[in-house]
Amino acid sequence: MNEATTSAAAPVARLIDEFHKLPGIGPKSAQRLTYHLLRIPPEDALALAQAIIELKERTVLCSVCQNVTEDDPCAICRDDSRDRSMICVIEEPLDILAVERTRAFHGLYHVLHGVISPMDGIGPDDLKVNELLARLRGGAVHEVIMATNPNLEGEATSMYISRLLTPLGVRVTRLARGLPMGSDLEYADDVTLSRALENRQDV
Amino acid sequence: MSPLRIPRRRSCYDPRMPERPRVYKSPALVLRQRKLGDADKILTLYTASEGKIDVVAKGVRKTKSRLAGHVEPLTQATFLLAKGKSLDIVTQVETIESFQGVRDDLDRLSRGLYCAELLDRFTEPHEPSFPLYRLLLDTLRRVARGSDVDTPVRFYEMALLHALGYRPELDVCVACRRALEPLTNYWSAAAGGAVCRQCRMGADAARSLSVNGLKLLRLLLHGRFDDVARVSIAPPLADELERAMREYVRWVLERDVRSAGFIDTVRQRRPARARAPQAPT
Ligand SMILES: [Zn+2]
Ligand SMILES: [Zn+2]
Repeated sequence: MNEATTSAAAPVARLIDEFHKLPGIGPKSAQRLTYHLLRIPPEDALALAQAIIELKERTVLCSVCQNVTEDDPCAICRDDSRDRSMICVIEEPLDILAVERTRAFHGLYHVLHGVISPMDGIGPDDLKVNELLARLRGGAVHEVIMATNPNLEGEATSMYISRLLTPLGVRVTRLARGLPMGSDLEYADDVTLSRALENRQDV
Repeated sequence: MSPLRIPRRRSCYDPRMPERPRVYKSPALVLRQRKLGDADKILTLYTASEGKIDVVAKGVRKTKSRLAGHVEPLTQATFLLAKGKSLDIVTQVETIESFQGVRDDLDRLSRGLYCAELLDRFTEPHEPSFPLYRLLLDTLRRVARGSDVDTPVRFYEMALLHALGYRPELDVCVACRRALEPLTNYWSAAAGGAVCRQCRMGADAARSLSVNGLKLLRLLLHGRFDDVARVSIAPPLADELERAMREYVRWVLERDVRSAGFIDTVRQRRPARARAPQAPT
């Protein structure tokens, strides 16, 4: 508990601590959010609590692509019009939205839920890499497009996965270098991202 | 045994001297980065003038950022930094050397990251040492180009330990202080180096150290890199050296070096057709 929370009532301090654990929330923002919730009508606060409970209780990871979904398999994996010979590998579920916005890709996805980060001790076993390998065993997939972020960790992940897949005879491609180094896929505009998809290169 | 640590520059010691300028410039190696908020990153730099510092690079995760391409780990760049309230802020940055050879190859990349992590773990903020800066720079160049990616790492580990005052004892047995004989000896990180056959029980030195292993450790300690690079080191000996040095580094740091695990992972998955990475021509 930090010094800002020691003088607050225990339930207040507890919520401040919980908010503080969230990404991008500093101690000041955590306090502001907590005192805001203290002031709003009880039903609004309960609706937020209920939304959090449902988020955890009613979502699962798609057993095929590992995307977050209410129904397993997810809508994309169930869609018969999608090209099942192509898999686009991305870091986070949000990246699916970025690629879908381009309307340039009609295959399936695979969400790694992270990226290899050697200095943080995150290796391939902490990601959904084995699940990807299992999907390729059927032999129906001809191409895997690595769409990890264009930064050192994204590139390392892409190189590592291509090292695993190449012996299986699957074509592994990487988004073209049009995306600036160091940026997040999330922030890419549709035109740049669809161009990067079209001009993908063999790894 | 004298550490190369240079005392922190005290520019504001003399009251007549102006405060450190609000904006300053230094070449730096990017050791690591982590996300901050929605679009920013905190970089850990090893600067030539200030030693290790954490700085904020704003907006670098946006695709239009001018800074983004220059602040990836394992980049040497000239940074223009502005004094901030807690952390200094990157205002301009220009790449000097991006070590593309390290970035484009998984074997080299794993070694490069390990070396950067070691410098981060072994140093305290604001203790500049140009020799250490130079050492990492030279090592990244060697890792980028050489056909053997492990020898530069062994040389780096030994040089780093030496520079920081942790050089292992390789001439006499650390327990009885008698000169080591040219036989199989033993290795104890806890005791601080090589242990003779007679003392190994008492010194709890479980790992044996071959005659060639000891010779090479001595060469790593006393030789120049070119001397070491000329020696052809067979895989069993390379393994022995790696295990000995890792054990020693772990003992000094009192913790694991996380990227060492990635070197092992990458090595396991090395394609059969290319047992050794090809040197770029
Ligand atoms: Zn799915
Ligand atoms: Zn002895």
